[in-house]
Amino acid sequence: MAIQTPNGFNLDTSGKRVVVDPLTRIEGHMRCEVNIDKDNFIRNAVSTGTMWRGLEVILKGRDPRDAWAFTQRICGVCTGTHALTSVRAVEDALDIKIPENANSIRNIMQLSLQIHDHLVHFYHLHALDWVNPVTALKADPKATSELQKQVSPSHPKSSPGYFRDVQNRLKRFIESGQLGPFKNGYWDNPAYLLPPEANLMATTHYLEALDFQSQIMKTRVIFGGKDPHPNWIVGGVPCAINVDGVGAVGAINMERLNYVSSIIDQTTEFIEKVYIPDIIAIGGFYKGWLYGGGLSGKSVLAYGDIPENANDFSASNLLFPQGAVINGNLKEVHPIDFRDPEQIQEFVPHSWYKYPDEKKGLHPWDGITEPNYVLGPNAKGTKTNIEELDEGGKYSWIKAPRWKGHAMEVGPLARYVVGYAAGHKEITEQINFTLKALDVPVEALFSTLGRTAARALEAQRSCYLQRHFMDKLIANIKAGDSSTANVDKWEPESWPAEAKGVGFTEAPRGALAHWIKIKDTKIDNYQCVVPTTWNGSPRDNEGNIGAFEASLMNTKVERPEEPVEILRTIHSFDPCLACSTHVMSEDGRELARVKVR
Amino acid sequence: MTETFYDVLRRQGISRRSFLKFCSLTAASLGLGPEFVPTMANALETKPRTPVLWLHGLECTCCSEAFIRSAHPLASDVILSMISLDYDDTIMAAAGHQAEAIVDEIIEKYKGNYILACEGNPPLNEDGMYCIIAGKPYLDQLKKAASNCKAIISWGSCASWGCVQAARPNPTQAVPIHKVIRDKPIIKVPGCPPIPEVMTAVITYIATFEKLPELDRQGRPKMFYSQRIHDKCYRRPHFDAGQFVEQWDDDSARKGYCLYKMGCKGPTTYNACSTTRWYGGVSFPIQSGHGCIGCSEDGFWDNGSFYNRLTNINQFGVEANADQIGLATAGVVGAAVAAHAAVSAIKRAREKGGNE
Repeated sequence: MAIQTPNGFNLDTSGKRVVVDPLTRIEGHMRCEVNIDKDNFIRNAVSTGTMWRGLEVILKGRDPRDAWAFTQRICGVCTGTHALTSVRAVEDALDIKIPENANSIRNIMQLSLQIHDHLVHFYHLHALDWVNPVTALKADPKATSELQKQVSPSHPKSSPGYFRDVQNRLKRFIESGQLGPFKNGYWDNPAYLLPPEANLMATTHYLEALDFQSQIMKTRVIFGGKDPHPNWIVGGVPCAINVDGVGAVGAINMERLNYVSSIIDQTTEFIEKVYIPDIIAIGGFYKGWLYGGGLSGKSVLAYGDIPENANDFSASNLLFPQGAVINGNLKEVHPIDFRDPEQIQEFVPHSWYKYPDEKKGLHPWDGITEPNYVLGPNAKGTKTNIEELDEGGKYSWIKAPRWKGHAMEVGPLARYVVGYAAGHKEITEQINFTLKALDVPVEALFSTLGRTAARALEAQRSCYLQRHFMDKLIANIKAGDSSTANVDKWEPESWPAEAKGVGFTEAPRGALAHWIKIKDTKIDNYQCVVPTTWNGSPRDNEGNIGAFEASLMNTKVERPEEPVEILRTIHSFDPCLACSTHVMSEDGRELARVKVR
Repeated sequence: MTETFYDVLRRQGISRRSFLKFCSLTAASLGLGPEFVPTMANALETKPRTPVLWLHGLECTCCSEAFIRSAHPLASDVILSMISLDYDDTIMAAAGHQAEAIVDEIIEKYKGNYILACEGNPPLNEDGMYCIIAGKPYLDQLKKAASNCKAIISWGSCASWGCVQAARPNPTQAVPIHKVIRDKPIIKVPGCPPIPEVMTAVITYIATFEKLPELDRQGRPKMFYSQRIHDKCYRRPHFDAGQFVEQWDDDSARKGYCLYKMGCKGPTTYNACSTTRWYGGVSFPIQSGHGCIGCSEDGFWDNGSFYNRLTNINQFGVEANADQIGLATAGVVGAAVAAHAAVSAIKRAREKGGNE
């Protein structure tokens, strides 16, 4: 049966149904089902969030100053971005202005997350969709060394001996028969296109990146005390600055500032000498594989982030772009209003939740969520042993958020498309450089590869922005301002009886916002609409498919029983399922107590 | 031939002398005498890798993220050379039924000889379908993998205590691992997340000594969880001297005074943060100016605001001059001890209540 969706996709469910569950190498739990036609093209795609934790009901009645710690535990991969979103929401509700130093420190921490998350995502969650570590054994170390020198001339680790050592280590590992994370991979699938030398180079960098990545987060350990899950406060940052007085050794002093500065330099070097060159090199071998565009060329959304000056969240003050592009019209960037009840709404006709009227969407300040786990009439299996889902009924723990009724893609590519459409100078230069290096037209941007490349470019730009805010922090301290927190409204007695606010960030995976209502100094309602809720969205009332589902459409799979192409495209979004599936009811109504085994 | 830990070090150009030094330092940091050094060296030189199934229930993946940040040993060396991480849905190449087949294969092949590492916990409501793996409740996968394992490591506060999704009112009825698996030894490594080097040390300890670490009454390795953060805190002298941060970014905060009045839970939290610190000793929460929120303690989400003082003891006031501080110190220490005793007693009572 063929159906055309309002957002322009032709769905055909007649072909063979293939189920991938668990869809691994993501944060959290997710399932994917597709229908594949006789020529091995995907003609229908169904994505399902398979976990739910209910964090927002847990927040009800708690101290708003604690909310950052709870929401931070929504996700330990994009750790900190929920906390930052949360303190911004509370500061918005209570009209608290933070000091410039706090803004710079928060930006440095948030940018560390972008860089770290993007790097670890590419090498440790995504690379095995492009790179085959097993054929790396066939590589000639000398030729690999030549390739490395060509790809990244200044990377110090490029000798034939170095690659021979890594290859030997890999050989021993594979020959041991204990393949660990590489076990049961799809290593003879023709979807892998890299020559052995490129596989050896990239596998080597998988290990280099694994060893290096923790360095990036040391900035957050210095400012926030630990990582994952550093500490934040409403009104600023908890770390005090003292560069010359008694007790400076117990605060952010010159040694700590030098430490952060050195981490920023090392990080920049790694991103520029390893990550960016690898993306260009691997992209070169795959530039004929331009599937996966999905919604990216149609409808993308970016909230913006990284305020240049503290407390100003207008689009012109944000260094990460803000806006929406719809219907593929790159000539117009629409403004976003988080408070307008008609703009951002969530729908549940295909989600395992219940609304009084499921034809309508609800703005997060008025959102309700009541779990309602039922399978559609055509599902196969049972409620506790699902064989095939029925996308005609409810089929996911993820709600369907829409911007003015449009299903939207969010994330690094969405940010870069919005930046490109808005004529953002640095972003446009980065995109043009990459397109030229790969010798592909601008349309190539709207693809799985484009998503993966945009993430790398953003990591690079984040390095420069870290340096910018480090310099700004030092200059501000030099000018005599050591302030890191505004405590005027720390005590709840100073708050109004009722307040509501919204905070937003760009999480590594995309647009993130929290909406809070405060009543009598406690949280009355808390709602998060997170990146993977946008990207992993199920269908809505109109039948629009979400970004994951759209991206899989019309992709050719080499072997239907081996989901390499599905993994490749879904991973290009960097899904975060713990984030997407925690939403809870506004009124905190007691949930149905289902029998406990 | 499998590469052993010793091979890894040699490959990295580390001499045997340095290797033995590493063994003695590791032994010392684990609280072991020098007589254990040869045992450790021998184990690291010769043994093949222990299979590990690392399952994920309801969680946020902060434990995995912490694990890969370990400074010594590096995660790459643990994964490639110390253990065989055969199933971990966060990093494994395989997906779908090819992934699930690995669980069955390891159970069959290594009956009673693999480690089950649990990150996150199972929800019981909705027949367990708040966390679905391969179309079935995560609880099914957990029980199957636990049935033939040698021991379980409960990573982090989710698996150990329940953590954030089990905070009141616990809508999914999420429960820690020991509530559903009762017939296997369980090592709890709590924290949200645990300290990266503590995680790798626990794994290394088991691989090296072929035994499970000694546990306290709550099931945590004594070597890392037997002392309060407060007892080893470098700001402790300020506590004893009655010198406290009164509000964020005040003069006392800039001088690095004690964070007790800002709600620090160091006095009731058993963990190694103030000793090992994070990322090979870079910092820890108190050093960076925020109080400890007690993230390795059972039920830490439901003990009131993170900024509430532990007890309302008024005699901790900062004195007007050095002489008076000196005079007051004896009294302050006495009160502090009393406060600790009271808090500990309350905690014990609460834990008893929760373990019915």
